[in-house]
Amino acid sequence: MTSAEFLLWVRGPGLQIAAVIFAFGIILRFFEIYMMGRKKNLSAKRAGGTAAGFRTVATRFLPADSETMRRSMFTVVAGYIFHIGLFVTLFLFVPHIELFGALTGLTWPGLPMPVVDFFTVISMIALLGLMWQRLTKPVLRMLSTGHDHLVWTLTFLPLLTGYLAYHHLFLPYTWMLAIHILSVELLMILFPFTKLMHAFTLFVSRWYTGSMAGEKGVKV
Amino acid sequence: MANDKSLIEILKSRGVSRRAFLKFCTTTASMMALPPSMVPAIASAMENARRPSVIWLSFQECTGCTESLTRSHTPTVEGLIFDAISLDYHHTLQAASGDAAEHAREEAMKENYGSYLLVVDGSIPLDNPGYSTIAGISNLDMLKETAKGAAAIISVGSCAAFGGLPHANPNPTGAASVADIIKDKPIINVPGCPPIPVVITGVFLHYLTLGTIPELDGLGRPKAFYGQNIHDRCYRRPFYERGQFAETFDDEGARAGWCLYKLGCKGPITYNACATMKWNQGTSFPIESGHGCLGCSEPRFWDMGGFYTALSEPTLDVTRAVGVAAAVGAGAGLAVGAVNQIKKKRAQSNHETVSVDDYKEDA
Repeated sequence: MTSAEFLLWVRGPGLQIAAVIFAFGIILRFFEIYMMGRKKNLSAKRAGGTAAGFRTVATRFLPADSETMRRSMFTVVAGYIFHIGLFVTLFLFVPHIELFGALTGLTWPGLPMPVVDFFTVISMIALLGLMWQRLTKPVLRMLSTGHDHLVWTLTFLPLLTGYLAYHHLFLPYTWMLAIHILSVELLMILFPFTKLMHAFTLFVSRWYTGSMAGEKGVKV
Repeated sequence: MANDKSLIEILKSRGVSRRAFLKFCTTTASMMALPPSMVPAIASAMENARRPSVIWLSFQECTGCTESLTRSHTPTVEGLIFDAISLDYHHTLQAASGDAAEHAREEAMKENYGSYLLVVDGSIPLDNPGYSTIAGISNLDMLKETAKGAAAIISVGSCAAFGGLPHANPNPTGAASVADIIKDKPIINVPGCPPIPVVITGVFLHYLTLGTIPELDGLGRPKAFYGQNIHDRCYRRPFYERGQFAETFDDEGARAGWCLYKLGCKGPITYNACATMKWNQGTSFPIESGHGCLGCSEPRFWDMGGFYTALSEPTLDVTRAVGVAAAVGAGAGLAVGAVNQIKKKRAQSNHETVSVDDYKEDA
């Protein structure tokens, strides 16, 4: 297989397979979660839950208290750097916007390449730091499962291969681009069935937690 | 044809001075990424080189490669060198036709068996030999027969090197490249649609002067000419870096010479000398004329999702498949959810109510 054939496969059938599994999995999980339902709340509502739900969506962006911040400073900071870096890399890199445009018809302005490059690098450093912590801190190490390492690898590979492709490092660009796209396809295939699903459920569950607390009269 | 004159004698008779000749040797050495110390070697090799016999076979092709080579610009030293080879068989250029032409090929093969250069342009149909024949001989048979006595094969153009246009999806003739068929001869791929004339002559010259095959990349292309990435060498690269892209061929960005990535430029996956050597005596290359690179020196360039589709876009329709998958996912989700609810209800109905008293009795 030549690099051109490999690239053609990942841009065509490979992407179709990955997108189909991704869409199937995400929708399946949503319906499954939604149909789990909730027990009927028999107690009288003390306050409205809707606004409290939205407030919680926002307030959970901040660390709960100074003690959490003191104990988990590194996780919070590195976690933020990683997520912001990933967001910029994924959504503000012009070739990626072209892809989203081709798939959804929606486009938006991108950032200059060196800026995106900077965010890619810091998110990779943050991910490496988080993995280092996971491997060296005894408690974290004990809590870590194969699933965590798989999810980390699935997230790290697209960043790394994208960085190498952009800088024309290691392999000819065609190969690296094809490997990059393949790594994203792997991520897409496993996304709905791993912890990565949190990207879709995060705000829903935050809202739910907040609204339940709100209805009970808890100030959030 | 007589092979008695040396190259330098032929060039001299065409009015090429020694100074121009040495200048050409220096340019060639640098072009082929050879050290300056090789210049005298090239000069002396060329001075002594006898006209090599070249057989040029044209299969499923458009003659664009020959046109590129012969009509590119006013005669140059490269053009004269091309004249200086003993081109014993070439459909388009030879005067003879029919039996006489085929006779010339057989004669050249017999006289120079084991030492002639075979140049091929065009792909070879493998489905039905009748798709392309010359003098009643199928392309496949002619290639196999002529390749037997060749010292080396040069596949000129993307059709001969990779299958090119005839190989494009759905490949109705079962087109194959030379390297797909011939496995026991050194093959130099000189792809392009067409290749840059100087690159074609450069490869000839390398073989002529050094008697060796130039260093090739993974796709059998001489690294000296195909080692550079168009995107890396593109003068519009700074616009790519800054995020300034032409959105259409006639917008402000296009007029300002911004990057053509969004308009489908395949420069990032293309390895060729266009951005450095350029076309028409160094005048320009496609991107300089305002059109994205088609990636013509790469395999399968016709199938890369369309010339005007950005490289990061899918080559097949994904949206419809995703819609179907989402619908199936919703159905499967409902089914799984329903099963879960049934399980839950069953568990609830099987639930026995116990009180503290029940435990008291047990105790």
